Amino acid sequence: MILAVASGKGGTGKTTIAVSLALSLAGGEGPAPMVVDCDVEEPNAALFLRPEILEREEVGQLIPEIDAAKCNYCGECARVCQYNAIAVVAERVLVFPELCHGCGSCTLNCPQGAIREVLNVMGVMERGVASGIDFAQGRLNVGEPMAVPIIRALKRWVLPPRPPTSEKASTQDRVHILDAPPGNACPVVETMRGADFVLMVTEPTPFGLHDLRLAVDVARGELGLPVGVVINRDGIGDQGVEAFCKAEEIPILMRIPLDRRIAEAYSEGLPLIEVLPSWREKLRVLYGQILEIVEQRVQRKVGEGT
Amino acid sequence: MKQLVVLSGKGGTGKTTLAAAFAQIASQESAVVLADADVDAANLELVLAPEERERHEFWSGQVAVIDPALCSACGICKQVCRFEAILESQGPESSFMVDPLACEGCAACFYQCPQEAIRMEDQLAGLWFRSDTRFGPLFHAHLFAGQENSGKLVTLIKQQARLLALDRGADLLLVDGPPGIGCPVISASAGADMALHVVEPTISGVHDLERIMATTDHFGLPSLVIINKADLNLSRAQEITAYCRERKVPLVGEIPYDVDVTKAMVRGEPVTSNGRGPVTEAIRGAWSRIREGLFA
Repeated sequence: MILAVASGKGGTGKTTIAVSLALSLAGGEGPAPMVVDCDVEEPNAALFLRPEILEREEVGQLIPEIDAAKCNYCGECARVCQYNAIAVVAERVLVFPELCHGCGSCTLNCPQGAIREVLNVMGVMERGVASGIDFAQGRLNVGEPMAVPIIRALKRWVLPPRPPTSEKASTQDRVHILDAPPGNACPVVETMRGADFVLMVTEPTPFGLHDLRLAVDVARGELGLPVGVVINRDGIGDQGVEAFCKAEEIPILMRIPLDRRIAEAYSEGLPLIEVLPSWREKLRVLYGQILEIVEQRVQRKVGEGT
Repeated sequence: MKQLVVLSGKGGTGKTTLAAAFAQIASQESAVVLADADVDAANLELVLAPEERERHEFWSGQVAVIDPALCSACGICKQVCRFEAILESQGPESSFMVDPLACEGCAACFYQCPQEAIRMEDQLAGLWFRSDTRFGPLFHAHLFAGQENSGKLVTLIKQQARLLALDRGADLLLVDGPPGIGCPVISASAGADMALHVVEPTISGVHDLERIMATTDHFGLPSLVIINKADLNLSRAQEITAYCRERKVPLVGEIPYDVDVTKAMVRGEPVTSNGRGPVTEAIRGAWSRIREGLFA
């Protein structure tokens, strides 16, 4: 089971929920849950989980390297590159790694076979354990522009291959909780892609609503994934998010009231359930509801023969 | 003309809230142009009551499309695609189609297809707008769901904002930046004279501040820091103060937590619109320090 925790709006409580949900499910029947921190630009889950890192791998993209002995400066590589990442000027080939998407097209199209691909390290992936759960994160190197290749590599590294739709998600499956970045751009799309469910953590304010709409467009509209909402800091703003969820038939699965104790604990790196242990059970119930929604969906698909 | 970009690393620290407030205060003294560089979650327009004057299409990138009539189902496209964007149907006869959400428009499949059965289609990726607000013109955008090239859209609206600012002899271009440290942030920072980092006194906030400041340092952009919801955790606030002192980065203000901030947002106004209160006072004080640093 792959559960993405997203929001649209930043700072609504994605990491808070992802971490405490995983900790609440730990020690139950079945394999240990895994938190996968996909916010590779600013990964924070480790601050709360304090994992022991057991494995580390540098990660990046394959970029072209030109063999000057074979190159005849025909310019075909530059012609096929869609990103202006390779340029042929006079008798030099220039590669711009920050523009390269690692697609390999230049390498495939070089008539002289003068290009080979080398790894351009852009970040790091780490895997470990913490408090009865498994953990993985990606971290983009400062100054690198592209988060998506790190997120893609991280998911390939830790997630199992997708089972066929006919298999039911069950309590025996390991749950992977993907902590998504804020926003609605390609790093968020890459995180959500292939998930079974997207849990949107939002705040009941105009900013929260505005960005939630966009996030739902991505998750449900573009990716066709089921969504549910957690309203965090309930009571602070207005009824816009409630009205939206009702109109769009999006289940509101949990409400966390505005509580300074939660904010203070958060500020010190304490998971929610450590300061309010009664939330363990509430989060387990939340997960049960998500599981039910996902299972019903799978059954419908099997019934439809898709 | 000076350009200030408001950043944070961490999401939800108060960039837009403070940018709107600074827009109000700054516009009382001089001509300001505003740009919302958070193109996939543009919130500045929600508190500035903009009146749209122009809207434009943003075309960026391409997506591959396979013509089933020409496709021989050889599968070469799937072999060369690095983005898992070619789907093979499960059925008695193989057929291939492109997942437009996964496709990055690299055209590797286009160039390798032996049947020339693939074409590349330009993508309408979003819209951008020039609007008028009480405080100055606002350039903002809406990136369509699932589209890439947010960095390019940021660059575009900033270019437009800068041109107008120069044209009108504005003193300040104020850019509300996105969270993170990647390409949208890098694009939002390009050409800025100074970055203002908005940080909350939390362990996550401090961690993320270090990374965003390392990023702006990497690009040679001078920094200022402001602490929002400063009274949430006094010892973390002190940690940030010490960090700024060590790095010789001016700490321009500490804004207290106040429910009035959310109330103003619900009213669709900057928090400074009531003209008084501890938050407004703290923001005014911060702005005079920012102005000193920016126009020194």
